[in-house]
Amino acid sequence: MKYSYYPGCTLRTKAVDLDLYARASAKALGIELEEIEEWQCCGGVYPLGTDEIGSKLSSVRALNAAKEKGQALVTMCSACHHVIKRVNDDMKNVDDIRTRANNYMELDEPYTGETEVLHFLEVLRDKVGFDTLKEKVTNPLTGKKIGAYYGCLLLRPSKLLSFDDPENPTIIEDFIRAIGAEPVIYPYRNECCGGYISLKEKEMAESMCDKIMDSAEGFGAEMLITACPLCMYNLNKSGKLPVYYFTELLAEALGVRGECKEEVQA
Amino acid sequence: MQRLGVFVCHCGSNIAATVDVAKVAEMALMEPGVVHAEDYQYMCSEAGQAKIAEAIKEKNLTGIVVCSCSPRMHEATFRKAAERAGLNPYMVEIANIREHCSWIHKDMEEATKKAVILMRAAVAKVNLNTPLQPGESRVTKRALVIGGGIAGIQTALDIADAGYEVDIVEKTPSIGGRMSQLDKTFPTLDCSACILTPKMVEASAHEKINIYTYSEVEKVSGFVGDFTVDIRKKARHVDMDKCTGCGVCQEKCPSKKAPSEFNRGLNKRSAIYTPFAQAIPNVPVIDCDNCIKFKTGKCGICAKVCQAGAIDYEQQDEIVTQKYGAIVVATGFDTINLEKYDEYAYSQSPDVITSLELERVMNAAGPTHGHLERLSDGKAPKEIVFIQCVGSRCSDDRGKPYCSKICCMYTAKHAMLIRDKYPDVNVTVFYIDVRTPGKNFDEFYRRAVEQYGVNYIKGQVGKVILQPNGKLLVQGADLLDNRQILKEADMVVLATAIEPNPDVRKIATMLTASIDTNNFLTEAHAKLRPVESPTAGIFLSGVCQGPKDIPETVAQAGAAAVKAIGLLAKDKLLTNPCTAKSDELLCNGCSTCANVCPYGAITYEDKEVNDHGIREVRRLAVVNNALCQGCGACTVACPSGAMDLQGFSNRQIIAEVDAICR
Repeated sequence: MKYSYYPGCTLRTKAVDLDLYARASAKALGIELEEIEEWQCCGGVYPLGTDEIGSKLSSVRALNAAKEKGQALVTMCSACHHVIKRVNDDMKNVDDIRTRANNYMELDEPYTGETEVLHFLEVLRDKVGFDTLKEKVTNPLTGKKIGAYYGCLLLRPSKLLSFDDPENPTIIEDFIRAIGAEPVIYPYRNECCGGYISLKEKEMAESMCDKIMDSAEGFGAEMLITACPLCMYNLNKSGKLPVYYFTELLAEALGVRGECKEEVQA
Repeated sequence: MQRLGVFVCHCGSNIAATVDVAKVAEMALMEPGVVHAEDYQYMCSEAGQAKIAEAIKEKNLTGIVVCSCSPRMHEATFRKAAERAGLNPYMVEIANIREHCSWIHKDMEEATKKAVILMRAAVAKVNLNTPLQPGESRVTKRALVIGGGIAGIQTALDIADAGYEVDIVEKTPSIGGRMSQLDKTFPTLDCSACILTPKMVEASAHEKINIYTYSEVEKVSGFVGDFTVDIRKKARHVDMDKCTGCGVCQEKCPSKKAPSEFNRGLNKRSAIYTPFAQAIPNVPVIDCDNCIKFKTGKCGICAKVCQAGAIDYEQQDEIVTQKYGAIVVATGFDTINLEKYDEYAYSQSPDVITSLELERVMNAAGPTHGHLERLSDGKAPKEIVFIQCVGSRCSDDRGKPYCSKICCMYTAKHAMLIRDKYPDVNVTVFYIDVRTPGKNFDEFYRRAVEQYGVNYIKGQVGKVILQPNGKLLVQGADLLDNRQILKEADMVVLATAIEPNPDVRKIATMLTASIDTNNFLTEAHAKLRPVESPTAGIFLSGVCQGPKDIPETVAQAGAAAVKAIGLLAKDKLLTNPCTAKSDELLCNGCSTCANVCPYGAITYEDKEVNDHGIREVRRLAVVNNALCQGCGACTVACPSGAMDLQGFSNRQIIAEVDAICR
């Protein structure tokens, strides 16, 4: 299993652990993640403007690089995944954006949305399979009660992201079962953490995160897991339950967490 | 040579605003055979029809073309007008310059050009028309009603009271339908069972009505006046003649784990069961999937306790074949699956229920014996929130685009009944609009607000949150007050959209009756023929045609019955003379036509022919005109070109195409 890999800029700075644990886990699972060369920031939420192509070009470059290698493109950060998948959809289905972006890029062959974009969780579910993952777990997290925190970027717009049922998702719960722990279902798992509002209206983001934490705790969760660095930032401010990247627990279950830990701290 | 007249209709401004009608008439005079052409504001009106009759007589016309609306709308009108003036009705052709032209075009010049072409094609065809004489077919004086809910029961009673035999085919073990599951009915709040069960009894006791419960329509053939229907009577495993309905078998049955369909799965029933106490017939059925005897071979308790010896484990399905003159569809509705509406936490909390489930909770014979209680812990609720339009008026593909029509009224009913019986319970209703047109309906809703203090909030609910303490938190918006609402509730009731019974697709296919994108059966005309299907002899009763409440359903059921009676009252029907005909000299008896004929109308005969002086006996196709429906499949399939459709001959169609391409 060989994939093109787009880490995204947060995974080089604040969320370096999300990346390192992912790479170590992938290796343990026999998945080759080939980082694409000279990738650039996906642009956060900004490429979603419908009238501007400049901000979509970095996604198009990454998508085209994967296409040239004939590989699917794997993402790790929820926001990068959201942006790249939506730009890919634009390139496939929106004539105006496709034409203008290709005119600008002057590629040997125009890019028209050929690349398959997969979040690492989707690779685990659809390519590896949670049953296979379960077999490869050497250090099951038995007895741990974990709340999946999806946030909004992975699930919506649901038809386009086609990630999971936006109101009753199961992928992270299934992941939690695969690594031997017990998922805790709570109603706020697909609610927004506040995102960037934390920069402007801190209290609002805090109250949103408090609701998430209280609900998860109320239903018996001991910790939360997420795939999004921004969710991690906001939830950690609340500080009620510990929050981990899903890749960290995956690495632990696969017995490769230790080797990454020093690197993370370094 | 034909002497033809062309009549161009303005249809008010429907045609004349886009098509230069005078020009079309003027151009018509240049077509071969046309000796008269005129335009008029409303050709279908009495004055318009008089103009046609006058021209036929004065100019001695042998055929006419009416350039107007779709032939589905007024072909029959103009044929009758021509016939009254002494012309064979099959010498009338319609050029559809409304639906096919003026309604879909904007540019007058282009549209006029197209209208002229359509007129030319019709003239070319009518030049080759020959007078046709309709045949006759018999009418079987018996009606079939598919579905035994209030719609089917009412239709059956009305037809039977007119003196005709009626069979009701009902899929479930009892007649009664959705109405039997309701507790009270709006706007009078009388008990549903009290007004329905007498009708059920009346239907079952009526000498002209025969009820097949636990049965399904399996196959339909034939045509208006003469349908042949196979009905599958599913094995009940209980002898209808012997069973006394004592109920001991149900009491003693050790398998009591099957969800009760009648109580919407809120409680369990035994494997041998009648759906409810007032079921008609009061004869149980064995649900083989849940019966221990059928699953393991060991048990047989019901047979042991049955004093009448009615239990028959060996009973098999039985097919009954019956002939009918008319068929009424009354297949009703179900509520939609809420799988795609998980934001309302229906799958997460037993205290989130549908309105139909609430009917069962409020009903004395329901799972809680009529006590309003939370299904999670049996506690009495203090705060109840109703959410309207769950899946109705939905713009994406999760739900239905239409208004389910009954929810505003039944929600007001529920709210009022709860406030009346439990004054300490607060009731809140979230709504998009309150739609209560109907006699005494708006007054009813206002009573809920003004007298019973139900709290109506204009706005939708975004999410129902199950809290760790088991209570529900309803997150919504108050659009009038422009604020977000977070309301704690003990119970949430969802006014779930209704959709046609899923079986209707299968039934519509068997009947060749058309259905729309929402699976409602299509009526022959949305305004003027609302209870007839476009397929002759098929009538529509109740929600299978569109959402409606009980009074409307009963009214429509009566209307469908009148239409069916109108058909059954005739001894003979005129048949369409546009049937297939085989040219004896061209037919080589290959059987291709018989193989494609969906009506079994083609047989073969050995017949002597005189082929240009050669006399010999050949195997030839013969069309039975009573069975042929004029579909034309054989004319296309025939390899030697021997089959032709009268009124739509190959020559006529080629002439039309030539005229269009000229």
